[in-house]
Amino acid sequence: MSKKKTLHVPDAPFRPGDKPNFKDLNLPKAGEAEKPDISVDPSEIRDLAFSLVRVLDDKHKAVGPWNPKLKPSVLKEGLRHMTLLRIFDDRMLTMQRQGKLSFYMKSLGEEAVAIAQGMALRPDDILFPSYRQPGLQFVRGRDLVDMICHCITNSKDNVKGRQMPVHYSWKEGNLVSISSPVGTQFPQAVGCAMASAYKGEDNVTISWLGDGTAAEGDFHYAVNFASVYKAPVILNVVNNQWAISTHKNFSSGDATFASRGIAYDLPSIRVDGNDFLALYSVTSWAAERARKGEGATFIEVFTYRAEAHSTSDDPTRYRPKDEWKSWPLGDPLERLKNHLIDLGEWSKTEQKKLEKELDDLVIKSYKEAEKHGTLNDGPWASEETLFEDVYKKPPRHLRKQRQELGI
Amino acid sequence: MPQMNIIQSVNSALDIILEKDSKVCIFGEDVGYFGGVFRCTDGLQAKYGKHRVFDSPLSEGGIVSTAIGMGINGLRPVAEIQFSDYIFPAFDQLTNELAKLRYRSGGEYWAPVTVRTPCGGGIRGGHYHSQSPEAYFTHTPGLKVVMPSNPYDTKGLLISAIEDDDPVIFFEPKRLYNGPFDGDHKKAALKWDTHPKGEVPEDYYSIPLGEAAIERAGSQVTVLTYGTMVHVAREAADSSGIDAEVIDLRSLVPLDMDTIEASVQKTGRCVIVHEAPKTSGFGGELSAQVQESCFYHLEAPIVRVTGWDTPFPHSLEWHYFPSQERVIEAMKKVVED
Repeated sequence: MSKKKTLHVPDAPFRPGDKPNFKDLNLPKAGEAEKPDISVDPSEIRDLAFSLVRVLDDKHKAVGPWNPKLKPSVLKEGLRHMTLLRIFDDRMLTMQRQGKLSFYMKSLGEEAVAIAQGMALRPDDILFPSYRQPGLQFVRGRDLVDMICHCITNSKDNVKGRQMPVHYSWKEGNLVSISSPVGTQFPQAVGCAMASAYKGEDNVTISWLGDGTAAEGDFHYAVNFASVYKAPVILNVVNNQWAISTHKNFSSGDATFASRGIAYDLPSIRVDGNDFLALYSVTSWAAERARKGEGATFIEVFTYRAEAHSTSDDPTRYRPKDEWKSWPLGDPLERLKNHLIDLGEWSKTEQKKLEKELDDLVIKSYKEAEKHGTLNDGPWASEETLFEDVYKKPPRHLRKQRQELGI
Repeated sequence: MPQMNIIQSVNSALDIILEKDSKVCIFGEDVGYFGGVFRCTDGLQAKYGKHRVFDSPLSEGGIVSTAIGMGINGLRPVAEIQFSDYIFPAFDQLTNELAKLRYRSGGEYWAPVTVRTPCGGGIRGGHYHSQSPEAYFTHTPGLKVVMPSNPYDTKGLLISAIEDDDPVIFFEPKRLYNGPFDGDHKKAALKWDTHPKGEVPEDYYSIPLGEAAIERAGSQVTVLTYGTMVHVAREAADSSGIDAEVIDLRSLVPLDMDTIEASVQKTGRCVIVHEAPKTSGFGGELSAQVQESCFYHLEAPIVRVTGWDTPFPHSLEWHYFPSQERVIEAMKKVVED
């Protein structure tokens, strides 16, 4: 019997009540992907867009040509940042549930993305993140109190209470103001990198957007300009499978995201986003290419969004409750921790101690931040800031409106 | 008669029109399986099938442009843009394509597209979840622009918008989804379940586009407003002792100048209230038209109460959002002038 002809509409592979099974992903083994020279012709490494760069294997060993061979002290630093991010997120979520933040978004399951990629860069490299890479700020040493002051929108919020929480901006850390409209940062990052090239500077620019956002026009502007001008930029699609309720099937069909870069003649690499070492290594490779004038690199970071999109979302309505538990690439934090334990450089006891230390730090920072005001009771940025920064100097009509408000 | 909130009345309108017209399809980000981030399309995919109510890629330009193509080929698409703050990637398709298709083809082609999109502030959404961008679209010939203020009007106007052969941008003030809001954010949130305009018939009905409603009859001053500000203005009138006639425009294009003129000629005074910023806001157009048609009836200059000419802030939301106090002050000014 022939199927009734009508419009094809895709679906997510699993819905609430289904038992997720990711066998069809056909994941390559750790260590399998080859590592090319940075001056490689993109046409010679097309396989990397369909494969998956993995370094940490199932036995917690670092294997293969992409092993960055990092010192234990660097690995421990990464573990510390990832642990802090997870604890920070948990605490902020609790505070949001108590009405102390208007909104929040967690990075659960994706902590390695911002931490490993951020650590692989230089401090003068410029960051154009989406709202899911707050961990970059830990890497660059931002004061936790300042981050919390932004999240609780008080008088010390450096963006003067103008944005929803997690929409950070941090000039000192070269982290460019985060926007809610998705993907807008991607082509801006390319322009930023073009400016570095123009000025003869060797810093690189990096940006991230999600699998869902890769359907926006801005995505295509970015990869085309990056390729045309050989911009010193690293463009990452963080494929975490879900854009609120929209499965990545609505953005990519069956093709990998990395394969899109091939058509733009960019070296295009798919990497295990839950593998700290693989992410570090691929990002270092891309940064070196960019610094040496070889141009842009396009990366698909393959991961899973373990939490709700935001505190306004309820994922139990559209995906199996414990889908993350079935995700074959595991928990990025556990994997790095187990690797360090396997090296004899870390222990469960030390991890517990670290968690306690960081939890205390977050609580202490939160209390300190509240001294500068709270979301509900203030003090907030002063009333006159409402009219500041619209222009460099308020024109006459804004000065008049400010007087109308009586300030 | 059942009581509905605006989410339910949108859902009811869509349900009826999906049942009535097999050429209607609904799509947008998260609207299919999930039923929309505000739940407006809840249950419709299960009822009508995946090809009639479906999720789209995150691509506002893609959503509007494909809706145009569907409209050209005989469908009557209802597209959702999740927040009106996110409509701008579709701006070219809306203003250069959808709006001009009938004109540029000498009337040969058109696309009966409805774009539903939640707008407005009062939900602590910061500038990317609070904007009121209606004036960009009222400025574009070829588009109709609608913004209801209650569940009853929402259903009737949405059905008219979908059945209209011209494209309609249908703004839904999200602060009103669950209840009326008079601007007093310290008061407990109200629901639609006791409000007379929360009574919504289950069955089909429509309200013509281009007809304003007199929300509150009065003699001293005409207040022209729409969306959430209807409730702010009404409460301001009730509490101030000024006998204001509050007109809910409901449709900005086409605009019901007959009702506006009759009221202003009666009261001789006019205040205009909207959430969007002042400069080049729709209030400027209203003011000009009232002046053109009622100049000799006016006893005082027209006053606008609007959002400030700044982006919509997060922590200082209530300093930005036009308050009852500002509306009262404006009414007093024009009455005493």
